[in-house]
Amino acid sequence: MPNATFHSVATSVAGWSRRMFLTASATSLAVPLFARTSRAEAMDPQTARAKDPRDPANLALTVNGRKHQLALDARTTLLDALRERLGLTGAKKGCDHGQCGACTVLIDGRRVLSCLTLALVAEGRAVTTIEGLAKPDGTLHPMQQAFIDQDAFQCGYCTPGQILSAVSCVEEGHAANDAEIREYMSGNLCRCAAYPNIVAAIKQTKHSMREG
Amino acid sequence: MYAFTLHRPSSVRQAANLLAKSEDAKLLAGGQTLIPTMKQRLASPASLIDLSLIEGLSGIELRGRSIVIGAMTRHAEVADSPVVQENLPALAELAGEIGDPHVRNMGTIGGSLANNDPNADYPAAALGLGATIVTNKRRIAADEFFTGMFETALGADEIVTKVMFPLPKKAAYVKFANPASRYALVGVLVSKRGREIRVAVTGAGANGVFRVTAFEEALQRRFGPKSLDGLSVPAAGLNSDIHGSAEYRAHLIGVLARRAVAAAAG
Repeated sequence: MPNATFHSVATSVAGWSRRMFLTASATSLAVPLFARTSRAEAMDPQTARAKDPRDPANLALTVNGRKHQLALDARTTLLDALRERLGLTGAKKGCDHGQCGACTVLIDGRRVLSCLTLALVAEGRAVTTIEGLAKPDGTLHPMQQAFIDQDAFQCGYCTPGQILSAVSCVEEGHAANDAEIREYMSGNLCRCAAYPNIVAAIKQTKHSMREG
Repeated sequence: MYAFTLHRPSSVRQAANLLAKSEDAKLLAGGQTLIPTMKQRLASPASLIDLSLIEGLSGIELRGRSIVIGAMTRHAEVADSPVVQENLPALAELAGEIGDPHVRNMGTIGGSLANNDPNADYPAAALGLGATIVTNKRRIAADEFFTGMFETALGADEIVTKVMFPLPKKAAYVKFANPASRYALVGVLVSKRGREIRVAVTGAGANGVFRVTAFEEALQRRFGPKSLDGLSVPAAGLNSDIHGSAEYRAHLIGVLARRAVAAAAG
């Protein structure tokens, strides 16, 4: 690795891991790294080079009604931004390839896979995670309560995704009967196979959600 | 995933300029195929051009005897559209059977057609309904658009902007879905519009979606499932993989085509 000297940085960019820093500095010259200042700008014009695609880009992410200012590598998925940068670990990383649904969040009220959504593309949209589902006073969303009432989980890893997906399933009007619920919950896998209880929880909730 | 530069243009013209001048750039529509492909390092574009901020690329409208769908229209929007449900129910049903609800909330018709996955549903819709794919440069008939597995007639700086579906008299799509992915192991779209009959097959062809002219000719004589009795598609040239052999797929084409004709004729 050429130029792979580790710089002691007083002002490291928040959230950058040592490995990322080493990787980043491996291809750059020995330049102090200032928070939220692109290295290209900080460099002497004579040694300036094309912008490195790994340079963090600034964005404002609105999650559960709160706006967060972040500087992220463009590769960062919404899931990684939520978990690694905002500390919202409710959305889970299961397969990370859009197959399991554990990372389900709502964007503008619609369920999506946060592992297949770039954080930068979610800018300006309203993201809801499981942490934002209960009322501020701690009262659970009826779907959360129904999952407890119906014992709709065992290990719980898929549960945040299941609950958000279940809320959408009802709001979309796709909870008419067991078969429809199962079809419209097919994007969320549960390896404990709590499916019958998940269906029961959705049936319990669909009336109260409409009334509420 | 390897590093890339993300561009977020606000017009098709800007996007086309970026596409023309960036080396190794890819368009990002819904990302439901591209992002996992990049995560697996099967694709490593230097730039991604996100189309989601461009106004006017999304939406569904009835224009004369056609339904026009913007390239960035999500599968869920097509599936739930009253206009599509009323005038072209086969297309609404097809869109509602793509992947799962999460994928349908992000995936787009333009992305699916431009990707031309050999197991995707929308290529069968475009070819089977005789759609016209409109780009920033020209109009391409579906018969000329799909040129091979993951290959299309799109030029290097060409962007799909909308898809026009002429309304058929009768149409139906029947697929045998892989139970895990919901991709079509085989899917058959059958349509009748005036004297024109189309039978398009996805999921089976080694070169992607294709038409079965022998079936179409038989259906010209009489549009009913019995017209296909005794007819089959040769297994040679069909896909064989862990999900099914070429022979099995050939068999499925006959079965699903008969079911689709029955559904369309009914």
